Amino acid sequence: MKRYFHNFGERLIEGILALSGAVTSLTVLLIVVFLFKEGLGLFSQHPVSEGGVIVVNNQNPVKELSAKQIKEIYDQNITNWKEVGGKNQPIKIFRLEDITDYYPEEQLGANFEYLPQRLSELVSKQPEIIAYFPEQYLSKNFQGHPIELENITLGSFLGGKEWYPTIQPAVQMGVLPLILGTLWVSFGAILIALPLGLAAAIYTAEIADNKVRNTLKPVIELLAGIPSVVYGFFGLVVLVPLIQKVFGLPVGETALAGSIILGIMALPTIISVTDDAMRTTPRAMKEASLALGATKWQTIYKVVIPYSISGISTAAILGIGRAIGETMAVLMVTGNASVIPHTFLEPVRTIPATIAAELGEAPQGGIHFQALFALGCILFLMTLIINVSVDMVSAKKKANR
Amino acid sequence: MSFTSNPNLNKSKRFWQAFAFNSFRLLSFLVVAILVVILGFIIINGISVISWEFLTEMPREGMTKGGIFPAIVGTLWLVVGSLLFACPIGILSGIYINEYAKDGWLKRFIKLMTNNLAGVPSIVFGLFGMALFVNKFGFGDSILAGSLTLGLLALPVVIRTTEEALKAIDDSFRIGSLALGASKWQTIWKVILPIALPNIITGIILSVGRVSGETAPILFTVAAYFLPKLPTSIFDQVMALPYHLYVISTSGTNIEASRAMAYGTAFILILIVLLVNLLANWLRRYFGRKVKMN
Amino acid sequence: MYSLESKDLHLYYGDFHALKGITMGMKKNEVTAFIGPSGCGKSTYLRCFNRMNDLIDNVRIDGEVLVDGVDIYQKSILVDDLRTHVGMVFQKPNPFPKSIFENVAYGLRVNGTKDKNLIAERVETSLKQAALWDEVKDKLKKSAFELSGGQQQRLCIARALAIEPSVLLMDEPASALDPISTAKIEELIYQLKENYTIIIVTHNMQQAGRVSDNTAFFYMGELVEYGKTKNIFTSPKDTRTQNYVTGRFG
Repeated sequence: MKRYFHNFGERLIEGILALSGAVTSLTVLLIVVFLFKEGLGLFSQHPVSEGGVIVVNNQNPVKELSAKQIKEIYDQNITNWKEVGGKNQPIKIFRLEDITDYYPEEQLGANFEYLPQRLSELVSKQPEIIAYFPEQYLSKNFQGHPIELENITLGSFLGGKEWYPTIQPAVQMGVLPLILGTLWVSFGAILIALPLGLAAAIYTAEIADNKVRNTLKPVIELLAGIPSVVYGFFGLVVLVPLIQKVFGLPVGETALAGSIILGIMALPTIISVTDDAMRTTPRAMKEASLALGATKWQTIYKVVIPYSISGISTAAILGIGRAIGETMAVLMVTGNASVIPHTFLEPVRTIPATIAAELGEAPQGGIHFQALFALGCILFLMTLIINVSVDMVSAKKKANR
Repeated sequence: MSFTSNPNLNKSKRFWQAFAFNSFRLLSFLVVAILVVILGFIIINGISVISWEFLTEMPREGMTKGGIFPAIVGTLWLVVGSLLFACPIGILSGIYINEYAKDGWLKRFIKLMTNNLAGVPSIVFGLFGMALFVNKFGFGDSILAGSLTLGLLALPVVIRTTEEALKAIDDSFRIGSLALGASKWQTIWKVILPIALPNIITGIILSVGRVSGETAPILFTVAAYFLPKLPTSIFDQVMALPYHLYVISTSGTNIEASRAMAYGTAFILILIVLLVNLLANWLRRYFGRKVKMN
Repeated sequence: MYSLESKDLHLYYGDFHALKGITMGMKKNEVTAFIGPSGCGKSTYLRCFNRMNDLIDNVRIDGEVLVDGVDIYQKSILVDDLRTHVGMVFQKPNPFPKSIFENVAYGLRVNGTKDKNLIAERVETSLKQAALWDEVKDKLKKSAFELSGGQQQRLCIARALAIEPSVLLMDEPASALDPISTAKIEELIYQLKENYTIIIVTHNMQQAGRVSDNTAFFYMGELVEYGKTKNIFTSPKDTRTQNYVTGRFG
């Protein structure tokens, strides 16, 4: 009987342990579910700004416009209905605040109670008009038809070059500048971190004596330990003004500032992973090289580096991953302009910085909110690809042995 | 004296070696210099701000005066809360992976997932914490939601630390105990865990540093912009040090006037990291010596 | 003049006194076997002649080590230069993860030989000297790891010969091999003697007896006895040598 309980206890403990072991997998699963549920909701949304409606005259044959066309119209880049498939007539833009140009205030009523009626009148009288106003002013017997907006598609989301998530009347949800901004800054970061990190790793693993090694180790640990917001703060008060001054720029918040800070932040990862990889080089192989009259340096680049190349690539990939996902430091030093970057001396905006900066202001469940979750999905997929490729590199390395 | 017939060759070999080594040495010192500059800058500018008042008073006058007491307390709550969640689950999970799970697809899958979780950017944790804890579970912006989010972030670290610590223990300990008739769990509980504990604790201490400095996960789950009172329950919002630094250095009411406060806050954050690392190193050395003496 | 010589050589690993005043000399075109129980210092002593001990932290050396009459521990000596003159073969075959050809060519390349024809020629001669040519001539581009253990070890010997050293240090070169491969290596050593000064560290007394002209017996960091191999095995002067060669300990 006692034996039985004993076994039962062992089983119970194993069960609890297994459950704990499942927590990470469950979390990853939940992250996927929640991120994608919110994020994919975006693609069943009309890109018209929250609570607004866009209407035209009943005679106007145009029934559907894309978000991009609407923006062009309101930016007055498109000025004739012909350009969007209508009659050859100029476009007359109407915003709610323009109402007083058409009707004196007394006709609107003290509390704007006649406003819906007047809007209906106005749209029915003006064949060239396009009007944007809050949905609440759309009267029941409105004379005119609302413009249907195309749903946001994955293509327009990923390929769109403009990110104006709160602009009226139609929001622009193109994340290309954000994706490119993220990759741009990360690429710059790795350009800085890789040579520096490899050099430091080679130095610590192969060249430095124990004393130097023992000072470098805690330095690297400390670099890894400094919070990203402190890096951001340092970048903001030291690096940004410095870059502004050195390059004579109007603002110092640039991709370069982001890349430098991210590069520093990626250093510990690159150094420690490379260092570990180089340490696995068999001593016998190094001795063989030295015994043939190779110098230490020849041994390093002809034997040690080729031997640990998969570890070095892992380090580079992980460094990029660290840079891609980093939020606060980038948010604080890159200037966050959502334009496609061309040089390192322009402000850029990354995906994580966008989420951090905008989520607080996006109404829950709204189109902007969902778009930020969709950005989260992209970020998650990027890092997933990175993790899987690291796993593949190390699996291949194991198979080779 | 030379053994070779070609002294020029030796010159070239030696030149490249000297060139490479000196470059690497220089670059390595550059890495050290970067750390020294960052730490030095923040310590020099921050240390003069530190006073009893700074540590124990509420922020005043649009966060340009007063102290950061509520942010310190808030961060303390979050560190304790997240570790209360991450430590038990992380340690148990580490034990499962190293001691129970058999080599095969399941173990590989769990490890891959743990690695994936470790690679998830902190802002995605923030999004997830907001969707699950704040909205779905209805915790609202609260210590509970923030701690759970940070806990999930710390979880892979604790798991890995535990795994490594257990892996380092020689199998002879396990076999010895099992041979005396102890059950598997008894072996782990009485023999293996006590040996692994110092390393696990060191890892957990290091994750304190990580958790206390994270900003992105708490942005939408707990952190308050300005809240000059202390929390009374786990359902309250709190201020936190890293978020406070972000706020007063980028979007405060008067960024220039709050600069001193920002230096002070950055100094405290750096101090936490320094102390945590010192403690971890000391523990490593202390236990390292003890093991050697045995 | 001796090809290799040491005078009152002491070596310390930190506090540990690993070699205690070794004085001996080895002549060209002779094979000398170092024997003795594990940890007696024979490998450590061997590694003094190409300064391989430099790689270990906390090593300190007193006394003189001479190669062709030159003190190799003096400041002006370039270590890699010395090692092109004193080749070494290790206990376990340790080819590089490169092709067979590149393994043999490695030493030439790191020492600045750029002439392709010369390299090809040297690779072929070395592989022939190492009695490996016939087995690998059709697969020089293949990875060295595809060879058997015995072939790998002969490849490592060819690799050492390619840079034309005048001394060959062999640290238990056959201990990881099967008897047939061992026999081939021993045969090889006998042939190589014509051109090289050879030292072989071995655990195997029969091997020492078969291949060497002289034998040195080490014990606890001391050189106990050194002389003609047949004298050491048949009429050792020291009782410790006698006990060892008759298999009473070690």
